[in-house]
Amino acid sequence: MQRFFNNPDDIVDETVAGFVRAHRDMVTLSPDNPRVVVSNWAGTQGRVGVVTGGGSGHEPAFIGYTGRNMVDAVAVGELFSSPTAKAFHDAIRAADGGAGVAVLYGNYAGDNMNVKMARKMAARDDIAVDTVVANDDVCSAPASEREKRRGVAGEIFMWKVGAAKAAAGADLAGVIAAAQKAIDNCRSVGVGLAPCTLPAVGHPNFQIEPGKMEVGIGHHGEPGERVEDLRRADEVADDMVRIVLDDHALPAGTEVAVLVSGLGATPINELYVLYDRIERQIEAAGLKVWRPYVGNYFTSLDMVGVTLTVMALDDELKELLAVDTACPGF
Amino acid sequence: MQTLPNAGAAPLIHQIAATIVDNKAWLSEIDGKIGDGDHGINMAKGFGRAAERIPPDATLTEAMQTLSDVLMGEIGGSMGPLYGMMFADMADALGKAEAITAESFGAMLRAGCDGVREMGAAKPGDKTLLDALVPAVDAYATTLAEGQDFTAALAAMRQAAETGRDGTRDMVARIGRSARLGERSRGVLDAGASSCALILAGFADGITQRLETA
Repeated sequence: MQRFFNNPDDIVDETVAGFVRAHRDMVTLSPDNPRVVVSNWAGTQGRVGVVTGGGSGHEPAFIGYTGRNMVDAVAVGELFSSPTAKAFHDAIRAADGGAGVAVLYGNYAGDNMNVKMARKMAARDDIAVDTVVANDDVCSAPASEREKRRGVAGEIFMWKVGAAKAAAGADLAGVIAAAQKAIDNCRSVGVGLAPCTLPAVGHPNFQIEPGKMEVGIGHHGEPGERVEDLRRADEVADDMVRIVLDDHALPAGTEVAVLVSGLGATPINELYVLYDRIERQIEAAGLKVWRPYVGNYFTSLDMVGVTLTVMALDDELKELLAVDTACPGF
Repeated sequence: MQTLPNAGAAPLIHQIAATIVDNKAWLSEIDGKIGDGDHGINMAKGFGRAAERIPPDATLTEAMQTLSDVLMGEIGGSMGPLYGMMFADMADALGKAEAITAESFGAMLRAGCDGVREMGAAKPGDKTLLDALVPAVDAYATTLAEGQDFTAALAAMRQAAETGRDGTRDMVARIGRSARLGERSRGVLDAGASSCALILAGFADGITQRLETA
């Protein structure tokens, strides 16, 4: 596939530069760190700050969820590579309004280490920091080892809920509890049809043979639970719904938020083809779709594929999801 | 006694950095089989950038501190904090010592190894850089304890690191991105163990060369 870039080593800096230029009504670059994107509403005194961060290549995640009543500051890493501890630390400082900072991020080895170091650095600044680690990707580990599961598109709901709670004036423990509930209520699954390529590497970082699909694929091409013949969209949708709901065991009548995201190189119309079936299958399972989201919310460079996230809702989560926000990604 | 002045020993790090940069494509190729394929790119970026910032007359302590700062502050990923912590703890252990001796180098290695183990959650056998580092540090200490000299200990360290690296080929990854491959991760070297063996070989060769010409 042909790609747009200058020097592949500059691709992240140029992405961030274009992003803050395009969305200057909502975000700015940290004056202290070119790898930290800050909301124009960040640092409100007395309000809990919300921070996230992760490797680049998932746009609009992570930077796109920076904004009003959303994430306050985002640490930006190289493509598919965790941000530095310093970037997380500078993001924490940018988000701090004196009431502590909630770092809401995904379960990846590098992010875990860098956030751990950033917490130590923030402790020296007397900033109270607590974390929620997203683990919504069903196929990345069995239910008995849920703490090993990776975080994927469910992180968007975690950010939205956590940030809305902070905007409502909750303390750090309250924000953490809400964000934790959001991610605990999320289950996600990915299906890949074609791999993605890091421009500096120049060739795909894994293979999916023509005519095959990989069910349960991760956000960086981590292997799924099975590779099998590509099937019709309705059958793929049915499979995804089954995987997510089997892991969730929700009582009939539960209201859910549903997020279908392309992985970067899937045409948007195909997401709607899938969504049409997904919603009907979810409703057939006795659940009620309260709010759908369909689009490229959390991508993986030029991977062809899709993720489905289902979040079970209660009154609090519905109220927080409904809070008005302004950010480039939503 | 075999010793090396700490002052002016920074070129040891320049040599290691040059080796990492020379092996950029190889490290990325190994990583690409079970990871992202960017290990060589990120390592070369970090070590290369640090080498440019380290004056040749600096101490090894200062050189390792600068390398750590670049890895932790500018590279990120998993290798940034792991190697960043390793070199920070090595620099702390060597501290203001005027001479690099067999004993102080041994303490430095041990501190670096402890730093990596504290930062990550891996254990030997998980197919990580620890599978090169831990046996190398042990071999170094054992050789010294047997009464052999600095160069013999360095040679043992180098050998153990390379044997450890080669041993990762038959391991199944249990941590990091390649862990999800399970059995499919077998048959490929671990990229972290491979870069770690290069770093330790760089120390062994560089110090031996200097001890012999001293």
